[in-house]
Amino acid sequence: MRRFLLRYLIPRFLQFLTIIFVGITVTFIIPRLAPTNPVEAQISMMMARGESLDPQSIASMRAALTDMYGLSGSPLQQYFAFWGRLFRGDVGPSLANFPTPVSEMIGQAMPYTLSLLVTAVIISWIFGNLFGALSSYYPKNKALSLIEVLGQAVRPIPYYIVAIVLLVVFAYFIPIFPFSGAYPVGTHPSWSLAFIWIYIKHSVLPAATLVLVGFGGWFIGMKSLTSNIISEDYVVYAETAGLKKSRILNYYIMRNALLPQLTGLAMSLGTVFSGALIMEVVFGFPGLGMLTMAAVLRNDYSMIMGIAIYSIVGVAVTVFLMDLIYPLFDPRVRYQ
Amino acid sequence: MLRVLRDLLRYDGRFRFAFILLAAVVVMFLLSFVSPDDPNKTFVVAMDAPPSLDHLFGTNSRGQDIFWWLTFAVRNSLIMGVITAVISRVIAIIVGLTAGYQGGWLDRVLMSVNDSFVIMPLLPILILLGFLLRDMMNLFLLGVILGFFGWPYDARLIRSQVLSLKERSFTRTAVYSGTNGFWITINEHLPFVLPVVFATTINNLLWSIGTEVTLSVLGLSDLTTPSLGTALFWANQHGALVAGVWWWIAAPALVAIILFLGLYLFFASINEYIDPRTRLRLIGA
Repeated sequence: MRRFLLRYLIPRFLQFLTIIFVGITVTFIIPRLAPTNPVEAQISMMMARGESLDPQSIASMRAALTDMYGLSGSPLQQYFAFWGRLFRGDVGPSLANFPTPVSEMIGQAMPYTLSLLVTAVIISWIFGNLFGALSSYYPKNKALSLIEVLGQAVRPIPYYIVAIVLLVVFAYFIPIFPFSGAYPVGTHPSWSLAFIWIYIKHSVLPAATLVLVGFGGWFIGMKSLTSNIISEDYVVYAETAGLKKSRILNYYIMRNALLPQLTGLAMSLGTVFSGALIMEVVFGFPGLGMLTMAAVLRNDYSMIMGIAIYSIVGVAVTVFLMDLIYPLFDPRVRYQ
Repeated sequence: MLRVLRDLLRYDGRFRFAFILLAAVVVMFLLSFVSPDDPNKTFVVAMDAPPSLDHLFGTNSRGQDIFWWLTFAVRNSLIMGVITAVISRVIAIIVGLTAGYQGGWLDRVLMSVNDSFVIMPLLPILILLGFLLRDMMNLFLLGVILGFFGWPYDARLIRSQVLSLKERSFTRTAVYSGTNGFWITINEHLPFVLPVVFATTINNLLWSIGTEVTLSVLGLSDLTTPSLGTALFWANQHGALVAGVWWWIAAPALVAIILFLGLYLFFASINEYIDPRTRLRLIGA
């Protein structure tokens, strides 16, 4: 147990803290390196909008905004104040929807992104691994080779392009799926069966985008892992011992190859999350991606900042949780 | 070099396909120099004409020929991708070689920063950066910014190569004959990692061009410069699908798919060629 803590858990926890530290520090530094001053930009934007402001209220607004952006004091003081606010979970009010807190709006959008992301990632991971293992165990199977070619063809295409192609084909030319949104205008989210059905229909294309792009990577990764394992002595032994093929594949080959793929899953989460953001913009899916798009359009700086911070922390926490459950699958770590 | 090309063309079907796709991209790149239209001028041809022999990809609602406009987009996207690739290569090589050769606490610090960048979702950070620099953004600057974010994955790869090179006898010979660490990494180790660097360059190019598309669609790049991303941005701005001008979206999507697929297959093929074991399997030995 002591060794497990020292060798496994503590390094993982330190890595978790490092990700948060690096990510938050980068989001702290970036606005301060940028040549534009967000406070002045905000004020000049209000002036440009034609709001008449007397010099005194401009001065008080400047003070308020400077405080809100955390720009008062020396850089070091700002940095500690920044962390202090983050620990309280406070990333400030949204500028476009003043004074709604950014965290509240993110909280509303998060379930849409998460439900879609989790489902899609799990589906693509399971199917990619399953077909990858099968294709290296049955190298002559035509159907599996076809799946491999298709998976590899979609893999390098950016999420945005895959999404737009699916949209044009399956919502525009062959309108079998809805064009945009998570539910039609006028319906209200509820836990009724009818609504869930509508929601699923609206989620098919967005989820398919994430599944299709992810599938090829898991497939090819699993294929190369299993092709190494297949030539191992214990597999040859199991075969000469006359074990059933399905048993060899499930217990002797896949089980061993799944572990690195699980690590790979944790490493890829950030990329998939980024992909989900832009995919939502294409389908008008009301999650974090749409929130980002709206924030960009309406110059909502604090919202963009909040989304960046929440996504970094969210991905880091998920990766750490996956590290925590990893020993359940890998006895070598467990009995260290 | 030519012999490698000939071998790959002869033995690898995937490479042949990639070669054809990339040739199409290169032709588009070159055609931009003889384009009859200036991409910055609008309303030079009839609006919203569907694809025809006169206008291969049709024309858009801004009165531009989509094919000729896209030749500039391909050129700019590729140039931006190369800028990113060069900068991130330099950083990846320096970090990878140093971490691998020096080891110890330096290695641990570099690699945990490195892994943080691999795991973190980069898009929200890039959106924040793009948002703040929106007024001064151009493709060159975007290429430089992406270069500073695109190195971690490759740095780790280079480091793992150096770790094994360090155990080889020639490194020990060099150390015992008094060569300093800097020259060992530059003269002895760098040549070994260059093939990997080359292969990952293509992957980096893919990432950079794809990210440009993403940021441009959000309106966070220089929207007056033609690129694959701005092509889609303007089509969306004019509601191309709603207006029935589907070719305005389809054409850049098609060109992007050709470019990405071509580069990816090229990468996969080169990657296999670099590994001598798979190379032998390829030529049937």
